[in-house]
Amino acid sequence: MAENKDMISIRINDQKLEVPNDITILEASNRAGIRIPTLCHLDLHDLKMVNQTASCRVCMVEAPGRDMLVPACVTKVHDGMEIRTDSLRAIRARRMSVELLLSNHPNECFTCAKNLECELQSLAHELGVREIKWAGEKMQFPKDMSSDAIVKDANKCIMCRRCETMCNEVQTCGILSAISRGFDAFVGPAFNIPMVESSCTYCGQCVAVCPTAALTEVNHTDKVWEALNDPDKYVVVQTAPAIRVALGELFGMEEGTIVTGKLATALRRMGFDAVFDTDFAADLTIMEEASELIHRIENNGTLPMLTSCCPAWVKFIEHQFPELLDIPSSCKSPHIMLGTVAKTYYAEKIGIDPQKMVVVSIMPCIAKKAEAKRPELTKDEESNVDIVVTTRELAAMLKEAGMDFPNLPDSDFDRPLGETTGASVIFGTTGGVIEAAIRTAYDWMTGDDLEKVDFKQLRGMEGIREATVKINDMDLNIGIAHGLGNARKLLEDIRDGKSQYHAIEIMACPGGCIGGGGQPYHHGNAKVVKKRQEAIYREDKNKKLRKSHENPEIIKLYKEYLGKPYSHKAHELLHTHYEARERI
Amino acid sequence: MTTPAEISVPKEAKNLPKEKFDELENFISSLETTKGALVQILHKAQHIFGYLPREVQLFIARRLGIPGAEVFGVVSFYSYFTTKPVGKHTISVCMGTACFVRKADNIIEGLKEKLGIEANETTKDGMFTLKDVRCIGACGLAPVVLVDEKVYGRVKEEEIDEIINEYRK
Repeated sequence: MAENKDMISIRINDQKLEVPNDITILEASNRAGIRIPTLCHLDLHDLKMVNQTASCRVCMVEAPGRDMLVPACVTKVHDGMEIRTDSLRAIRARRMSVELLLSNHPNECFTCAKNLECELQSLAHELGVREIKWAGEKMQFPKDMSSDAIVKDANKCIMCRRCETMCNEVQTCGILSAISRGFDAFVGPAFNIPMVESSCTYCGQCVAVCPTAALTEVNHTDKVWEALNDPDKYVVVQTAPAIRVALGELFGMEEGTIVTGKLATALRRMGFDAVFDTDFAADLTIMEEASELIHRIENNGTLPMLTSCCPAWVKFIEHQFPELLDIPSSCKSPHIMLGTVAKTYYAEKIGIDPQKMVVVSIMPCIAKKAEAKRPELTKDEESNVDIVVTTRELAAMLKEAGMDFPNLPDSDFDRPLGETTGASVIFGTTGGVIEAAIRTAYDWMTGDDLEKVDFKQLRGMEGIREATVKINDMDLNIGIAHGLGNARKLLEDIRDGKSQYHAIEIMACPGGCIGGGGQPYHHGNAKVVKKRQEAIYREDKNKKLRKSHENPEIIKLYKEYLGKPYSHKAHELLHTHYEARERI
Repeated sequence: MTTPAEISVPKEAKNLPKEKFDELENFISSLETTKGALVQILHKAQHIFGYLPREVQLFIARRLGIPGAEVFGVVSFYSYFTTKPVGKHTISVCMGTACFVRKADNIIEGLKEKLGIEANETTKDGMFTLKDVRCIGACGLAPVVLVDEKVYGRVKEEEIDEIINEYRK
């Protein structure tokens, strides 16, 4: 608590409070346990995002002495201030704000993608809206379904500007802006181009913070059901590390519950022919990426090397720093690697025509949907990922299938592409990929068997972190950034020749994949991301094997099929390239 | 209501003259700060280019280090800014009440047909931009047509050709 000299006395609904003098009415009332409804307001604390546009007027309160009601989210308290959040005038004003928003909102809650997840819907309920009072003119914007990842439906936009704050200030992509004026105003890319023509990375953080269904992911669940019901198809599923620490939330389980075993059971009961784990491919990624890092260090290659697991980050560098495309690792992202290995090595092993195989990825990510459609990753039809669905889409499917998820028994993933290590689990959080890479690079470069595998200095939630790891007589400088705005800072340093790092891990989403655009909606509670992170490290700790190169099925894969890490065959199957893209 | 399609800015194939970009660059460099100067810069740019095509908006965005979407947001907000090239002559047809009851709609329809364009469009040869405007305060002369600054009063449909030909020379 701050010192007394900064504290002032105020009253909220007759409750006397001592509060710091620089906070808003909203913050003060939160301290007093009095809830003031909000809609446009969003404060993600740790993730460093604050949206304070005060555009929705849902938080209006009465401050006696002032003629007008004031918005609690931006009005600062002052000494002796008396506030009423519960007066008839305030209650009616808040309800009217929502009624006005509803006057030109499509009334299609039943069929809306955000049904029961919509913040406007729950506010209407909470504030006692029982009729659409003003049936005004409706907006008639066409839905933007141009991309493989994000659907933009401006008719459902309430102009809260959360997406703009996220896209411009946190991610620094600058794709979304308010366009036009008054009733005709909407949020969209420059020149009103379709999303697919913009420089959007599809990180999906706009989707993660949109209170309504103005921004949602492209739904691919029907494609999965169709594949599962096609007797000619052999359907392989893989699930990313971040799913197992978040999926439970959508079934009322406590935040940070690990549901790995139930997840495997659920997928098997859905009818997938093989239930694999993207973690396996994360271990494979480390084999290639650690080799590439050592190769670059030993051969005076381009440094720093940047991780390439995150497709939103890859698209970001392609648009924003096309002159730096030689610095990311050439490794495909783990789920694409798994698709490739499933349709080559595994298909051969079980004697199945890869053309008949369908690979489904369950991802915490919206960008993976677009990544799976990239031409260089789909040119070889026999080695790609066919369908990507998010954590949220999977939960919806499990509900459609009537699965009592919290009470499912545990089971394990199938072999061989379901054998994993602790190193691969931590891919799901910021800092995890580079820690996994160091665990392997350290052993390989020193010839030792590292016992203390926890590199705690690489962990945490700070936007940019750095650490130095001593390997032999070399000080390996490591940088970590999550959130594309933080990534931009590291990239500018590299461009200006100021970077001292050897390796940098970048994840587009704040918190890494655990905070991905396809994860259960946090509804402004950023603490949930932290709990998922803790769960990831718990899962790592509980693993018998903690290093990627000790994964027995990985060792077997190289022995039987790929040869050595970074070999010609590995290059052919597991590596890719990037292209410079326009910045709009 | 404006539909999104109407306010989109087409990508142009033709190259805009470098001298004009230089002129804009000189203007921006002469400013003490570019902070808060976006509207001022857009005004200048429209003066130089006659309109604000995509390339010019992106040029300004890069120069100021702000997203193209932000520049376009401002351009689309103010009706003064236009993203389409304007013809050598602007034909404005008054659609105010007085002109309207005196069949201004027939006049504008006739102009559309003769010029082969819709309202707020420009002929392919770049000669004419046709605009439907609100009352211009010359109701006694209704229906009124303005060509650039010149006023034509009590216009009859059969005079349309004559007016256009005056400028086609």
